[in-house]
Amino acid sequence: MSDRLSVLKTYKLYVGGKFPRSESGRVYEVTDSKGNWLANAPLSSRKDARDAVVAARKAFGGWSGATAYNRGQILYRVAEMLEGRREQFAAEVAEAEGLSKAKAAAQVDAAIDRWVWYAGWSDKVAQIAGSANPVAGPYFNLSSPEPTGVVAVLAPQESSFLGLVSVIAPAIVTGNTVVVVTSEKSPLPALSLGEVLATSDLPGGVVNVLSGRVNELGGPLAAHQDVNAIDLAGAAGDAELVKALETAAADNLKRVLRPQAVDGSAVDWSAGPGTERMLAFLETKTVWHPMGV
Amino acid sequence: MSSAFEYAPAPESRAVVDIAPSYGLFIDGEFTEAAGGKVFKTVSPANEEVLSEVTQAGSEDVERAVKAARKAFEKWSALPGAERAKYLFRIARLIQERSRELAVLESLDNGKPIRESRDSDLPLVAAHFFYYAGWADKLGHAGYGADPKPLGVAGQVIPWNFPLLMLAWKIAPALACGNTVVLKPAETTPLSALFFADICRQAGLPKGVVNILTGDGSAGAALVAHPDVNKVAFTGSTEVGKAIARTVAGTDKKLTLELGGKAANIVFDDAPIDQAVEGIVNGIFFNQGHVCCAGSRLLVQESVQDELLAALKRRMSTLRVGDPLDKNTDIGAINSAEQLARITELADAGEAEGAERWAPACELPDAGYWFAPTLFTGVTQAHRIAQEEIFGPVLSVLTFRTPEEAVAKANNTPYGLSAGVWTEKGSRILWMANQLRAGIVWSNTFNKFDPASPFGGYKESGFGREGGRHGLEAYLDV
Repeated sequence: MSDRLSVLKTYKLYVGGKFPRSESGRVYEVTDSKGNWLANAPLSSRKDARDAVVAARKAFGGWSGATAYNRGQILYRVAEMLEGRREQFAAEVAEAEGLSKAKAAAQVDAAIDRWVWYAGWSDKVAQIAGSANPVAGPYFNLSSPEPTGVVAVLAPQESSFLGLVSVIAPAIVTGNTVVVVTSEKSPLPALSLGEVLATSDLPGGVVNVLSGRVNELGGPLAAHQDVNAIDLAGAAGDAELVKALETAAADNLKRVLRPQAVDGSAVDWSAGPGTERMLAFLETKTVWHPMGV
Repeated sequence: MSSAFEYAPAPESRAVVDIAPSYGLFIDGEFTEAAGGKVFKTVSPANEEVLSEVTQAGSEDVERAVKAARKAFEKWSALPGAERAKYLFRIARLIQERSRELAVLESLDNGKPIRESRDSDLPLVAAHFFYYAGWADKLGHAGYGADPKPLGVAGQVIPWNFPLLMLAWKIAPALACGNTVVLKPAETTPLSALFFADICRQAGLPKGVVNILTGDGSAGAALVAHPDVNKVAFTGSTEVGKAIARTVAGTDKKLTLELGGKAANIVFDDAPIDQAVEGIVNGIFFNQGHVCCAGSRLLVQESVQDELLAALKRRMSTLRVGDPLDKNTDIGAINSAEQLARITELADAGEAEGAERWAPACELPDAGYWFAPTLFTGVTQAHRIAQEEIFGPVLSVLTFRTPEEAVAKANNTPYGLSAGVWTEKGSRILWMANQLRAGIVWSNTFNKFDPASPFGGYKESGFGREGGRHGLEAYLDV
């Protein structure tokens, strides 16, 4: 070790393609698994959540209107950017989750591979989720999936990076835009991911990253009238919170993805994902047209 | 104009249908009395004649019905899919055989014209059972895994606008996937569901696989809240849909909702006017406008507004309002006094807010519930009649200049069930279809339905799809 004093990073939110502090000016202490101080993370407010929804809505038209091929390339670009910063993320994940270097590196590798996996889905999901419908009449009839809109995502609490990527990528690959609330205890890998997304050709506002309290941010997002869906992964283990958020979400009939394990038993995010998380945030549109000469 | 067509009455015979003076609840394969002993009358909305007395289910009856469905679930779900399929095929055939009887019954209890119940509702009901029958032994090919499992007991609550068709949309996929059901038909239209119970008997369907509970909203609320129900399916108002979503919050119940709409029917200046007028009329006056996907907002391009409205008014003047059983009737009775009051209130609000009201000269029967086909011009987006679902034969006309403006106005609603586009330009149709936030887009047609075609909404029109391969997901553990 040299005696050089390291340069610490000021962790900031990622909203609308920019890196703001919380408008509230608040931060909270983030520690490693042994209780050592790592950084101060922004303690996002309800207002930050609302601003993030505005940014996500603004980005929705362009992102959902992009070609599937283009979205796929951008997700793949995220993997490329991450590959170059493997060491940094492995270190952050190791500190955040108290993992050995090797285990943390495996988490990061799996997360990078997950971006690649979902990147490939962009121009295939419509072919497995859509259908040509043989109606009993002279009509062309086609069902295709479309993104639901703005998705609020409560990222998993325990898996600060692989879990995070596993909930963001399936939502955005199909054209949704997201507001993600990071793991409360371990927000730093997620905040760093913002820096990667910002340099991956992903349009600003497609992913908006908020750190803070799930209890403070979950409610406003679940009740927000311009949010179309909510992923409650990060509320797993708190049955009361899940119920409260799902109840609030009913006000504008958000699509709700319930936690996989309501009882709080750990989800194995390293297991290969199915299509469920993509399909949960898709709408089916069916178009009819008469056939004739 | 109305004198251009004179018709002699051509009533369909009521003799094909034999309505009992009273009906119990259909639980575990038998008609039984309610624990509470409460009954209520169901009337024909066309003349307020009492058709029969039906039973008000209470929470004890819900308990009994769910228990019967739970008990039946074990064997029903274990049946080979091919056997379940054969029951559903039987049901489809029995519906076809008894379709005239059921059509007349539906028109009596609901008030819809016999032309529609006979030519639209009943054929679609039979087709729906036939379609899902074929899925029962092919579920492993549906894209939900090699051996997808049913959910268990489905609690289903349906509306009064298409009583038997909504029953088919609910029961056919549920049974095909191996679930058992407790279904509550609407308070004002219980009869066709009770006749369906008899079809289950004729089909030899095992007891408890289908249970029918009649009653008001309290019976439906008790059903969806029952802890042993695994799946809730509801078609009806957005308000009730939200209440149900709150009820199931925090549970493991799977939920699908098919709710209200305020569809835009968009006519461009190059559309064939006569076809568009037929589509507009079908879009809003089909089934008295008691249609969640009704084209209740006409968006017409400014340059053809005068021509289109003149043709539309001319066509509306030929619509025949009256006896639902008359084969010449285009518009039947409003389903209930309550619904008539709601339509009347909203139409009055349209006038009070400054829109211009027009209806053809039209004689309405003295008894029963009636509302003449009505259109409003000079409607702005802020008007209640442009925002709220009227669920009646009332059309709000707005205008636009550019495709972008049409899209913005069409999407300016919390609903997103359906939309219509009329233009001869193919690329514009596809662009519009892409931009509209709605689950069904009818281009150069409207109000077309088919069991193979998924149906359901965006935004506050609900979630989940009914019909097609997509409709299976609601009843499988995936």
